Amino acid sequence: MSSTPVSPLHLAVALDGTGWHPASWREQVARPRDLFTAGYWADQVAEAERGLLDFVTFEDGLGLQSSHYGELDGRTDQVRGRLDAVLIAARIAPLTRHIGLVPTVIATHTEPFHISKAIATLDYVSTGRAGLRVQISARPHEAAHFGRRTLPPLDTYDSPVVSDLFDEAADYVEVVRRLWDSWEDDAEIRDVATGRFIDRDKLHYIDFEGRHFSVKGPSITPRPPQGQPLVTSLGHQTVPYRLIARQTDVGYVTPQDPDQARAIVAEIRAEQEAAGRAGELLHVFGDLVVFLDDDRAAAEDRRARLDALAGEPYTSDARVFAGTPAQLADLLQELAAEGLSGFRLRPAVTGHDLPAISRGLVPELQRRGAFRTAYEADTLRGLLGLPRPANRYAATAA
Amino acid sequence: MSKPLKQIHLAAHFPGVNNTTVWSDPQAGSHIEFSSFVHFAQTAERAKFDFLFLAEGLRLREQGGKIYDLDVVGRPDTFTVLAALAAVTDHLGLTGTINSTFNEPYEVARQFASLDHLSGGRSAWNVVTSWDAFTGENFRRGGFLPQDERYSRAKEFLATTQELFDSWRGDEIVADQATGVFLRDAKAGAFVHQGQHFDIQGQFNVPRSPQGRPVIFQAGDSDEGREFAASSADAIFSRYAALEEGQAFYTDVKNRLAKYGRRHDQLLILPAASFALGDTDAEAEELAREVRRQQVSGATAIKHLEFVWNRDLSSYDPEGPLPDIDPDVSENHISKGRAQVRMYRDPLATAREWRELAAANNWSIRDLVINTGNRQTFVGSPQTVAKTINEYVQADASDGFILVPHITPGGLDVFADKVVPLLQEQGVFRTDYEGPTLRDHLGLAHPDEAPEQRVAS
Repeated sequence: MSSTPVSPLHLAVALDGTGWHPASWREQVARPRDLFTAGYWADQVAEAERGLLDFVTFEDGLGLQSSHYGELDGRTDQVRGRLDAVLIAARIAPLTRHIGLVPTVIATHTEPFHISKAIATLDYVSTGRAGLRVQISARPHEAAHFGRRTLPPLDTYDSPVVSDLFDEAADYVEVVRRLWDSWEDDAEIRDVATGRFIDRDKLHYIDFEGRHFSVKGPSITPRPPQGQPLVTSLGHQTVPYRLIARQTDVGYVTPQDPDQARAIVAEIRAEQEAAGRAGELLHVFGDLVVFLDDDRAAAEDRRARLDALAGEPYTSDARVFAGTPAQLADLLQELAAEGLSGFRLRPAVTGHDLPAISRGLVPELQRRGAFRTAYEADTLRGLLGLPRPANRYAATAA
Repeated sequence: MSKPLKQIHLAAHFPGVNNTTVWSDPQAGSHIEFSSFVHFAQTAERAKFDFLFLAEGLRLREQGGKIYDLDVVGRPDTFTVLAALAAVTDHLGLTGTINSTFNEPYEVARQFASLDHLSGGRSAWNVVTSWDAFTGENFRRGGFLPQDERYSRAKEFLATTQELFDSWRGDEIVADQATGVFLRDAKAGAFVHQGQHFDIQGQFNVPRSPQGRPVIFQAGDSDEGREFAASSADAIFSRYAALEEGQAFYTDVKNRLAKYGRRHDQLLILPAASFALGDTDAEAEELAREVRRQQVSGATAIKHLEFVWNRDLSSYDPEGPLPDIDPDVSENHISKGRAQVRMYRDPLATAREWRELAAANNWSIRDLVINTGNRQTFVGSPQTVAKTINEYVQADASDGFILVPHITPGGLDVFADKVVPLLQEQGVFRTDYEGPTLRDHLGLAHPDEAPEQRVAS
């Protein structure tokens, strides 16, 4: 046995409807009729916080869910419809104390100015627990909801169109980040003698000019508690890996095995170095879909039962795991050895697999010394070991 | 035959980024920390107010080419803070000012429908439009739209969001776990809108919310704005809180309703109103004077004079006389991002009038600015203020008021504790909420309910 000390893992859970399996809503525990209520989301996040998880992400989209990426499928046998993820996160923030809240934002059709202040405000209402997960939309039918551009039908994921959307997303995150820094921390002075509420020399125009948009600044919202809320993104190949390396604090990746994990981490680290960020902490998390039960057969049976209800086997971009908490802990540690610092678990059935994570997997990892036994920081950056960054516009002492 | 007593509607405007808000007072707290919003909202809910109101501005104001630093600067994102406030209140309506210019109908409809779900039917949208190139510099949708197209775009924007809200009827989600039918209708949310400003189609992805649509507020004062409100709004956030001008505005707007087939009770008139309360009327007057001096420092007085003069007046002494030089009547260039400036439509006449006032009263620049603006709407003991508010509402100067305290976040407390109980004793203000939604508080029918049903019940 190796005596190498175990390095603690970070754990996040990805919340999406009643779970990631398309038939998850048919399970007794699923509560599909509650999906459009605050209470449903409050209960899920409370369960994740009970498990001391670093954060939850909230999936989102600008169109109805579909079993095909590029178009609607017209199906009526799966969950359709969702609430805005940023607003769900904000609604839950006052009900939680420690867990990070990371909604998905779509860069393709929205305004970076709005999203910057929205996530800054999420950071205020959660006192330092906000982040975002940036995503593009290459779906022609979602572009038609906005009517400002036409996207061609999607043929391949590495087409020039998609690559361009990722470049736009990189600019978008750049604007969001600059706006967060557009107020220095001590800009509000309330100087009664001179009548000045702010020191305007500590507010900054960001003067961003890019191929897709220009944004002047400064933000209307002061610098949020964390300075820079967490930025995260999911990637499956070079173009999104580059976005992860250039602009994020946490990248989610989908290795099927330890070899792939090693290769992906190496590629991201190379891109990170090329982007001039070699010295910065950038987490790479593995994404996994999980079916968790007390024995592997039960988990596999459950998967088979759901597949039968769905009418087809469930496949995913991420590896699908079915087994016990101890077996999952083994897999996570095996993958972590290749350079992943944490995992974002996608519960197949939220009502079943989220409690299995918080009450089964977490104690198992704790027994192995591989997960926290109490929240050790007040902010999401703090939980992830990320320092509160200096403001890019603040004059540094000579 | 005497008219039945009208019930008063009351709302709370979170103190804004102008000089009404006194940040220099030792009691003034944070304008950005969530705890201030919680305090303010919970006070309003304790007092059974109809709703909380948030204003919005999408570019920091500038004067003379520099960011304006004398007032509170900085505020949160409207949707995000309202969603968070839904977690710490149970009944209070949540009204957000959202610009129709720098947004898209699909996104705004998603956000309001989501807020309505997450608050259990308490959302309202104050629709504003401000197509100025200055604010536009913060947006990819930035740019200039001629004045006469602003309302046509705003109207089409609102109509488009209504089509999106109505694209779900409310009975589509079956979620039958046994049969596996989640949606009754594969075309749920289907919409097509082809117009001058928007050409969009697809399927909206937020099911129908508890209120059907958010309550719609309108704030513009022009003839077009009044027509827009009469045709499409549920309430007006007006600026006419004084008795006679309030009555004139009220009559004017309510009389426009008939041509749209609407009744007087389907559009509420709710002016913004400030207040100063004391144990006696004399004490309140004294407090009101003190607050006005806090609101208008010498530096603030010079800046306000610049709104009219449209010139750099920084060399003038605020304790001295008004400038002899006349206003620059060319296009405004001194102040940016401020709607107030457009109020002075004839600066030469205003300057003449102000010089005469200053001469007659021996006023300095600061005295003039204190005395011509910022007079509190209601000044007096709690008895006086309660009586006046009730008189104004019964005399159809308004249907209630949106109160703007000058202290964040505690400025509403004294009104909640001292004035509201008196209004409740007079039987003109609720002692408890009668329903869960903002439409319930405002007496507005659900969009799916025929208006006649509400009258008959």
